[in-house]
Amino acid sequence: MDDNAGASHARTVLEGPDIARALTRIAHEIVERTKGADDVLLLGIPTRGVHLARRLAARLGDIAGPAMPAGSLDITMYRDDLRLRPARALARTEIPGESIDGRLVVLVDDVLFSGRTIRAALDALGDLGRPRAVQLAVLVDRGHRELPIRADYVGKNIPTSLREAVRVKLAEEDGRDGVLLGLRESAPTPDR
Amino acid sequence: MKRHLISAADLTRDDAVLILDTAEELARLSDRPIKKLPTLRGRTVVTLFFEDSTRTRISFEAAAKRLSADVINFSAKGSSVSKGESLKDTAQTLEAMGADAVIIRHGASGAPYRLATSGWIDAAVINAGDGTHQHPTQALLDAFTVRRRLLGPDGGLGRDLSGRRITITGDILHSRVARSNVDLLSTLGAEVTLVGPPTLFPVGAEGWPCEISYDLDAVLPKSDAVMMLRVQRERMGGAFFPTEREYARRYGLDGARMARMPAHAVVMHPGPMNRGMEITAEVADSPRCTAVEQVTAGVSVRMAVLYLLLGGAQPPAGQTPAAEPRGARPRTEENH
Repeated sequence: MDDNAGASHARTVLEGPDIARALTRIAHEIVERTKGADDVLLLGIPTRGVHLARRLAARLGDIAGPAMPAGSLDITMYRDDLRLRPARALARTEIPGESIDGRLVVLVDDVLFSGRTIRAALDALGDLGRPRAVQLAVLVDRGHRELPIRADYVGKNIPTSLREAVRVKLAEEDGRDGVLLGLRESAPTPDR
Repeated sequence: MKRHLISAADLTRDDAVLILDTAEELARLSDRPIKKLPTLRGRTVVTLFFEDSTRTRISFEAAAKRLSADVINFSAKGSSVSKGESLKDTAQTLEAMGADAVIIRHGASGAPYRLATSGWIDAAVINAGDGTHQHPTQALLDAFTVRRRLLGPDGGLGRDLSGRRITITGDILHSRVARSNVDLLSTLGAEVTLVGPPTLFPVGAEGWPCEISYDLDAVLPKSDAVMMLRVQRERMGGAFFPTEREYARRYGLDGARMARMPAHAVVMHPGPMNRGMEITAEVADSPRCTAVEQVTAGVSVRMAVLYLLLGGAQPPAGQTPAAEPRGARPRTEENH
């Protein structure tokens, strides 16, 4: 998926242990904000949001007792830029439990950028049911929002310029953990 | 992937696996409260049917509607075509109405190709069956059903049908389903065997990427799937076999024959079935017969085709040899 896999001069802004600490803190914040509610449902946005949701679920299980379910929410069919690019492959939507009706859904993604992904995710949720509330957890908030969307839980705020690219690497997908900040290879077209 | 879907032979192995994988995700839509996606909102899909077909047309219609496309049904009966309008004029009418895709079924082999390559319209053309030539979405839904049954819904993801032995039995001569399946299943790595009376094989079938046999009983024990084709009486001007009873006895699938198939093997039928002719009621109603699953698979597969052809700026690139030089299109970047 990543065109600029070889983004030049990328520097690491978060190491593996930083990511682990950020996730642990987010997990505690979720417990605090939701007052230990047992109807929390973590839904990761593919690809890396799903892995982050699973990690958060494991930590919530450690903190709050019973294991939290984590699922995935594919937003491809709801994107607003579908017609700007070649058709893309779909990812899995997996909702643990009966449905999302009446539950507290926490969306999990790796990078919050334009907010368009989250807009699409909210539309996708609307077709799946009616959650009690929807919250958003992201590992990195890099700014440059194009929609009135904000995150409830942020691992790290990383101020960036539009010429930069933030790349999250996770062991499950990339073999190691880390967040890299490099230069974009193409013209800045914020889309996420 | 090409811009039109005219023939199953146009699909590469990767194209076909992508369509099947996409269909597998879309099949999960039927478990949801709202069985609809907004992806093709504002797009117009026309079904242009010059031949009778209920199941294929409503399957395409359901697929397009689940993707929120507007569907216009154009059937030759009772339309301007019965007044003598040519394919070209019909096509230009659809173009003027702003059709983004035309799903065409026509009695003449090659009509969809003509429509796609003549320059009459800009719309993507999807072949829903032309004469005795091709019916690519039928082959895709058959491949989808076999893969699901043999490898499982999740187990099949990303995989082809390498090494699976699939037997197609019946009226090969008149069957676009057989032609499409031979092309697609062999692309997917399956070993295809065609079985039928010699009179129902077309000239040149020896050159197809498949085996040919005239003895069903010899092939059954080594088949992972057996596809029974309908005997197409409406296309048969002359006599191709002595009597229907003799055909049923030699090439029909009954309970005794089914018992000789391996335990995991499935029976497929593209429908509509002639019970008592190529398949007995006992087989048709057995859990090993996938006829009903094939209908469900048809909607998912057609959604996948419509999405991949219409959903993006162009069909997914990559696997097919690129027509344009690499780098001609500005590279887009995705953050993650």
